[in-house]
Amino acid sequence: MIHSLFLVNSSGDIFLEKHWKSVVSRSVCDYFFEAQERASEPENVPPVIPTPHHYLISVLRHRIYFVAVIQSEVPPLFVIEFLHRVVDTFQDYFGVCTEAAIKDNVVVVYELLEEMLDNGFPLATESNILKELIKPPTILRTVVNTITGSTNVGEQLPTGQLSVVPWRRTGVKYTNNEAYFDVVEEIDAIIDKSGSTITAEIQGVIDACVKLSGMPDLTLSFMNPRLLDDVSFHPCVRFKRWEAERILSFIPPDGNFRLLSYHVSSQNLVAIPVYVKHNITFREGSSQGRFELTLGPKQTMGKAVESVLVSSQLPRGVLNVNLNPSQGTYTFDPVTKLLSWDVGKINPQKLPSLKGSMSLQAGASKPDENPTINIQFKIQQMAISGLKVNRLDMYGEKYKPFKGIKYMTKAGKFQVRT
Amino acid sequence: MSSSSAFNDEKGGSSSVGEPEYGHDPASGGIFSSDYKRHDDLKEMLDSNKDSLKLEAMKRIVAMIARGKNASDLFPAVVKNVACKNIEVSPPRPSRYRDISQTDPNQLIRASALRVLSSIRVTIIVPIMMLAIKEAASDMSPYVRKTAAHAIPKLYSLDPDQKDQLIEVIEKLLADKTTLVAGSVVMAFEEVCPERIDLIHKNYRKLCNLLIDVEEWGQVVIINMLTRYARTQFLNPNANESLLEEGGEKTFYGSDEEEGKEDKVEAAALVVKRKPYVMDPDHRLLLRNTKPLLQSRNAAVVMAVAQLYFHLAPKAEVGVIAKALVRLMRSHSEVQYVVLQNVATMTIKRRGMFEPYLKSFYIRSTDPTQIKVLKLEVLTNLANETNISTILREFQTYIKSMDKDFVAATIQAIGRCATNIGEVRDTCLNGLVQLLSNRDELVVAESVVVIKKLLQMQPEKHSDIIKHMAKLTDNIQVPMARASILWLIGEYCEHVPKIAPDVLRKMAKSFTNEEDIVKLQILNLAAKLYLTNSKQTKLLTQYVLNLAKYDQNYDIRDRARFIRQLIVPTDKSGALSKYAKKLFLALKPAPVLESPFKDRDHFQLGSLSHLLNAKAGGYQELPDWPESAPDPSVRNVEVPEWTKCSSREKRKEKKVEKPFYSDSEGESGPTESADSGNHTEEQKKSTKSKEPKDRSDSESEDEEESSTESSESESEEESESDTDAKKKKKVLLSISINHTLQGTSLRYYILKKWRIYVSFCVALLLKCSFPSPQAASPTCGPLKTYELLHRITGEGLAVTYCFSRRPFTGDPHMVSVQIQFTNNTEVEARSLRVLEPKLQSGMRIAEFPEIDVLPPGEISTVVMGIDFCDSTQAANFQLCTHTKKFFVTIQPPVGELMMPIFMTENEFKKEQGQLMGMNEITEKLTLGEGCRGDHVIIQRVISTANLSRVPCGSAMECRFAGKTVTSGSLVLVTVVTKEERAAQVTVNCEKMLIGTMLVKDILQALSQ
Repeated sequence: MIHSLFLVNSSGDIFLEKHWKSVVSRSVCDYFFEAQERASEPENVPPVIPTPHHYLISVLRHRIYFVAVIQSEVPPLFVIEFLHRVVDTFQDYFGVCTEAAIKDNVVVVYELLEEMLDNGFPLATESNILKELIKPPTILRTVVNTITGSTNVGEQLPTGQLSVVPWRRTGVKYTNNEAYFDVVEEIDAIIDKSGSTITAEIQGVIDACVKLSGMPDLTLSFMNPRLLDDVSFHPCVRFKRWEAERILSFIPPDGNFRLLSYHVSSQNLVAIPVYVKHNITFREGSSQGRFELTLGPKQTMGKAVESVLVSSQLPRGVLNVNLNPSQGTYTFDPVTKLLSWDVGKINPQKLPSLKGSMSLQAGASKPDENPTINIQFKIQQMAISGLKVNRLDMYGEKYKPFKGIKYMTKAGKFQVRT
Repeated sequence: MSSSSAFNDEKGGSSSVGEPEYGHDPASGGIFSSDYKRHDDLKEMLDSNKDSLKLEAMKRIVAMIARGKNASDLFPAVVKNVACKNIEVSPPRPSRYRDISQTDPNQLIRASALRVLSSIRVTIIVPIMMLAIKEAASDMSPYVRKTAAHAIPKLYSLDPDQKDQLIEVIEKLLADKTTLVAGSVVMAFEEVCPERIDLIHKNYRKLCNLLIDVEEWGQVVIINMLTRYARTQFLNPNANESLLEEGGEKTFYGSDEEEGKEDKVEAAALVVKRKPYVMDPDHRLLLRNTKPLLQSRNAAVVMAVAQLYFHLAPKAEVGVIAKALVRLMRSHSEVQYVVLQNVATMTIKRRGMFEPYLKSFYIRSTDPTQIKVLKLEVLTNLANETNISTILREFQTYIKSMDKDFVAATIQAIGRCATNIGEVRDTCLNGLVQLLSNRDELVVAESVVVIKKLLQMQPEKHSDIIKHMAKLTDNIQVPMARASILWLIGEYCEHVPKIAPDVLRKMAKSFTNEEDIVKLQILNLAAKLYLTNSKQTKLLTQYVLNLAKYDQNYDIRDRARFIRQLIVPTDKSGALSKYAKKLFLALKPAPVLESPFKDRDHFQLGSLSHLLNAKAGGYQELPDWPESAPDPSVRNVEVPEWTKCSSREKRKEKKVEKPFYSDSEGESGPTESADSGNHTEEQKKSTKSKEPKDRSDSESEDEEESSTESSESESEEESESDTDAKKKKKVLLSISINHTLQGTSLRYYILKKWRIYVSFCVALLLKCSFPSPQAASPTCGPLKTYELLHRITGEGLAVTYCFSRRPFTGDPHMVSVQIQFTNNTEVEARSLRVLEPKLQSGMRIAEFPEIDVLPPGEISTVVMGIDFCDSTQAANFQLCTHTKKFFVTIQPPVGELMMPIFMTENEFKKEQGQLMGMNEITEKLTLGEGCRGDHVIIQRVISTANLSRVPCGSAMECRFAGKTVTSGSLVLVTVVTKEERAAQVTVNCEKMLIGTMLVKDILQALSQ
């Protein structure tokens, strides 16, 4: 299925290649570079590019293109999903997935790729199994390896591959048994000029960090499971129990994993936690424009709105801005015309505002578009949908684990049109 | 080794950019940078006595290969280590792996050995591999059987003649009842014998039931395969509805029956059709068991289920997939891109399904352009009378976007909404007219084009819009928009009788400076005005026609001649001129604005072919529903015949895994008891299997193990020489003595190393044995080599060249020529280089970097680029050594002046339509004796000319497309075969000389 993989950095150099069947010359990437040149933005390179003898399927993550070469029919999503899984694994192993990290660990990267695909077909993609096969690099191990000449290849038998719960490694032992769950919700919204909501949705995930010994069997139940409209599970979740009782029952993988992602039905009205008052005008004939922006909290159930960051792509005609923030700092890049304002925490008593003027190109006509405002924020200890975990129980092991649940609400793709 | 210096060469080019960063790369070694001269250090390390140094050297070689560096000169040094005593570094022979893969007590080791064995790609080991796969397929461990399934496609690609035997193995493995094997074996099935749908019958229900527990990648493969299967075995659940839709047909049949016509066949067909539809329980089983997978975290699985529902489910049930697909839109942009493509196709067929999710397709300013355009497509498809006002309001905001490509697409979308929904046509038109005063020219141009299409629907109401547009000709410069305006004015000149002649006057003035497409429309306008208003425009028309007569473009000259004959009355004017008015002013049908995604659903959704809208290699057609259902009893499985291994597995599962993930019921008591019987059978069969699974724990056992193993290998391999057996013993001893590790895990550890080792040895070897990647693909034959300098004239230096058909890296307009120097003398040749090229005007040459030294007996290869200016004239230059000069000539065959381009059949036909007349050359021929079957034809054409094949439906036709390297003119070749070896070659190319020569060459190649 997948023939070869090329890693291309942002300056267009191929810095790693791996072939699973026969060697495909790197000149095949010329077609990719051609497409890259045609695309105005890096993310506009088409994910699938046909060439006379091959097809190139690529993903862009961390400013690295992962270009897979395939020769015959295969579902494109299959390849794309796999490539993303590769990136996730690299990130898991090296902490970051950058060109430098990959080059530093080229042997581990090669070993990983060798295990993840067999003859072009995915073999071991579960992080728990991979870690059994290949130990993630640590400083100590790197030193030892250099001295003794040994490698990172695991010395234990990877029995996980044989297990019926392939996502969990065997023989896990911890002195402190802990299980943490983070309920994180993101609000995607488009707000129009007048402040009314055009579309708003809540997408949530439950990320878990489970460090429990042995083979624990967990169940997690919600106070209000009906809220969840559409869910997707980690393979460990027993689907039948969910269908019948709306309970999450699972044997967790060891370490960090995403247990569940969900979508709160759009029928429910979504509470929008911030509002924006704006006045951005350009006058015909003058080379000045006015810029006024005020943020305020609403429907936050008394919780503080934190880490607020406002960004906006101003029209090309804007030369510079002269603004005055009531709090935080702002930057304006005159080349990309990107304005960003790091607001910090919103104080309901004294609303943050950003006011001032924009200078336009002299003589140019007034821009006919108004910029969109993108907002990021965080609200701790609250799930905006109102989702609440009822209880978490453990079966199958004797010890008493420490359990913790945290809630958080964030802005996803939150846009205000002006 | 031939390509070695070419690779070095490449490295030389990139070193300036990439190299410095490797300085701090510990894997490649801070001290050792990667210049090829430093390979000596690596060689030394490999030759040293210390194993740690050897391992370090190996690591660095891996790092080099990873960067695509040529390490083939290190191959001998690496191979030397085969004889090394340390087992960690030395890979043993294939037969050894077979032993391990069969006899080792640990399943992981058996599996691992098979993996090593199957990754050695050498044809001589095919029989050994076959044997090993067969053995492994009946192994008691499902993990080993899974590995066997993985090895099948590898062997198949190595030797396709093994197909029949491999199908037997696949059949056996398909019967396997474990989830571990299912995905892998279906993958092998799809790769080796996707046409053998009959193998699935007996396993169908089992596959459906296992599906939810198979690993995610296997799920995708199984679901796609089952979709195809279901299309051949079940009836169309929507057949009744489609009958209702095609009402006419139904009454026809109905009346047929009432009248009692006696056509029995038809009556029978009718009965089947009219019978109330009952879904086959197996069909229902598939739908029921795949539905939960819509909740998978893996986008590929969700998409696979979605396409299965789209192609197989009754209309009323398809809706469930919409929610899941909309969820995928939150994922990475590449996933969004693919999902939106598929949603766009689905929305044409089943609009209602996505209507509730309309708002999820609203566009954000931060989306990449390609996503925006696709979302727009979906929104347009979803538009209907009820939601159009919200959609149009949304479109209004999009028009103000800064991304102009997206604005243009929005205008197109508005046009499509307006044609599809009559109520909003006027509103849209008014909106578009407002855009005509936009500052951005592209926006105006796009609006003009769309308005033109809309006006064609009801021109009489909109003469003021036409007037407004006439004014625009003063300002707007985009040729397509100008042409559209002129056409509009010409077509509806009766509505604007005063303005039209004036526009013509202005156009006559600027005629010579216009683009071709505009000139044609000016002629058109002139002709129409002449016919309706000859008093005012006679002179103007004559003037324009005269200008056109001497135009550079023959199309325009032709058109002028044609129009003059038709409209200007002369004595000789033919019968046609009477009808000139009817010809020019005929009522033209309004254009239909269609989605580009219409009819894409004949490709299986989610497939690569669907995404490209062209058949990809290896694509399996989605069959049409059968008229009547094939016998459903083929899927009946009489007695559940548990394979011993699977029951064993089941028992194990029961012990280990209390919480069962699959809700597979019914295999409890009886299986357990049957199992013990099987167990004893196994004991008889193999001495090894009596060992409990986890026996490898203690040291003492380890020793026993190794001794049994070595004795066994001796007895099994009598053919092996004694020394070999001894060596093996030594190796085994070294395991038990030298290491304190547990035996089993150590063996596993070593095998794994060997596998990585083998794979990179293969990578090393492949690098040197296949210089051209395309040579490996079946469509391209070996490259033809030409002589540049004969050994005798060159006084011992022989030079040959070939056209490598790879894009020349420095300059895309150059043909890359691979030149190979062989030094047959006793002394070394120095400073080989190009001197004083004598070229025809326009030709350019990119010289190869000078070769410093070519030792006696050595071969060196370099690549140079030549821009032949699309002509077959020779490039002359001198080749110099440090002592002599030789005059040489490179003359390209016409087929090498082009490079392949990818095209779909439709694009091909469209382009061909534009290259008719003088640009088309057709010749008939009789195919040569050996030239039978389209495979041979394709190969011969492709070896003659550097073209790529255009996928095509008909077996009688082969099409090829390419473009010339310098000017990029299209070259289209069609070969049509007829009976009795007759055939016809057609070449369409703007460059007639190239076309003629190419036809000659292809004729020669085919008639040999």
